[in-house]
Amino acid sequence: MVSSVANARTRLLAGSRGKLLNATLFLIIAIAVIILATKVATLGPAYFVQILVYGLANGSIFALIALGYTMVYGIVELINFAHGDVFTLGGFISLWLLPTFGVTEGGSVSGAGLILPLLAILVISMVACAVVNVTIERVAYRPLRHAPRLTPLITAVGMSFVLEGVMYLWRGPFNLHYPNVLPTAGIELGGANGPAIGFKDLAVIAIAIVLMVALSLFVERTKLGKAMRATAQDRDAAQLMGIDINRTIAATFFIGALLAGAGGMIFGLYYNTITFDQGFTAGLVAFTAAVFGGIGNIQGAALGGLVIGMIQSLSDGYFDTAWTQVLIFAILVLVLVFRPTGILGMRVPEK
Amino acid sequence: MALLELTGIDALYGRVRALRGVTIAVDQGEVVALIGSNGAGKTTTLRTISGLMHPPNGSIMFDGKDITRTPAHKIVGLGICQSPEGRRLFPRMQVIDNLRMGAFLRKDPAGVQKDMDRVFELFPRLKERTTQLAGTLSGGEQQMLAIGRALMSKPKLLMLDEPSLGLAPILVETIFQIVREINAQGIPILLVEQNAHKALEVAHRAYVLETGSIVKTGSGKELLNSPDVQRAYLGI
Repeated sequence: MVSSVANARTRLLAGSRGKLLNATLFLIIAIAVIILATKVATLGPAYFVQILVYGLANGSIFALIALGYTMVYGIVELINFAHGDVFTLGGFISLWLLPTFGVTEGGSVSGAGLILPLLAILVISMVACAVVNVTIERVAYRPLRHAPRLTPLITAVGMSFVLEGVMYLWRGPFNLHYPNVLPTAGIELGGANGPAIGFKDLAVIAIAIVLMVALSLFVERTKLGKAMRATAQDRDAAQLMGIDINRTIAATFFIGALLAGAGGMIFGLYYNTITFDQGFTAGLVAFTAAVFGGIGNIQGAALGGLVIGMIQSLSDGYFDTAWTQVLIFAILVLVLVFRPTGILGMRVPEK
Repeated sequence: MALLELTGIDALYGRVRALRGVTIAVDQGEVVALIGSNGAGKTTTLRTISGLMHPPNGSIMFDGKDITRTPAHKIVGLGICQSPEGRRLFPRMQVIDNLRMGAFLRKDPAGVQKDMDRVFELFPRLKERTTQLAGTLSGGEQQMLAIGRALMSKPKLLMLDEPSLGLAPILVETIFQIVREINAQGIPILLVEQNAHKALEVAHRAYVLETGSIVKTGSGKELLNSPDVQRAYLGI
């Protein structure tokens, strides 16, 4: 499929119409950049820095979700549509756990005392999401492993609705308030009411970086990580090496959901609001990030998440939030047309 | 009792029967060739032994154990390793990591290192390319790596599926020389080949597979001189 897209693209670019298309595209991007540059200039550098930090924080959350999409796709070539809802579930479970651990807005636990309970909640939510995701794999995807590719895709959409339904029944259709427990203080960039970098932003970025570094070390160094890479590259050959692929695939769903669950809690702490169906959009955006970076490629997903987060934040900050989604999905279409394997897609020939 | 014994093995792809009552054996120290034309069931036989598919009928005994229903990932631990058709390397891993994957289940780092040295001795070309990605190797190098990777599991039985397929004549010569060397080191080999002439030359014994059934068996020499085999597979 990728090659037919590539052929179509070559044909498209070869013709005179292709040149026109290229020129138009270039013009649009140039205009957008110029408008952006003038706005950046008028609104000042402090604001720009703030937007960049928002973008990073935002992008970190997308990256955490995108990693799960890309890992699962890499190993079973399935777009796990339920993944976005596993992310939401992380938010819901952690929200439920917060009071249990005595963490409330303006509550008795504050400052450094928050670190331990929040970490405990983070770990529990991550593991709970992972268990749910592994169960989904076992029940809904594994029996269909040898079925036509469309079949598990449909069950994935089904599982997505099941999860959303469960969360709807649990907490209702409302925007739920997520306690704002992280310190609101920050580094002021321009006066008391001017732009500032929040402690929150930095915390989100830091947690995401720690998790992503842990993931890449895990995949590069551990035996299970190697088994995952081998299974992704050739499932039969992996079995011939003695790798239990069922266990390896389950582990991939587990780890992907750990990251998504963490993303869900971080999202809540950062935006202070969660909804049962937020995983739909967030999932789509994160999926876009995964495709953007090259689906199946772990570094690509992290990079894609950060880039999409940055684009979103620039669009929100300098244009209009109404444009943001148009922009993101226009980018998805463009990436698929012009570079079907993504920015860091697989480039090694397979003879 | 033979090292490997298949008795009355059937195989099914959906409703198509790919093997019908295949009975073969491999003894210690032997090179046994399985020859036959495309679609005769050679690869299916190896896949069945490796546990990638399970036979509806028949039994497979290895080293005194019944492995008929043993899942694929446990077979290699018992001592059977396959260099599959089409090499099936891990293309986006380095040469050295492919070799390490071959030793995935082993827990004796010193022994693994020793076998790695032995593989490099057998295939000096691979030693020059340890950090290259497997997907970028030439066909011959890939075949060497596939065999090397299989050897890294320290097999009691090595199965080679079409090791000479698609290689230049000079490399074909090299590969069969290596098959001899590996066997001389005491590893029995079950060899599947379309290049019947070469296979029969190195094999102690051989089976001829036709549309899923064994139709002829004998020593390599006997089959080389058999008029039927000559007509059908050797083009004489």
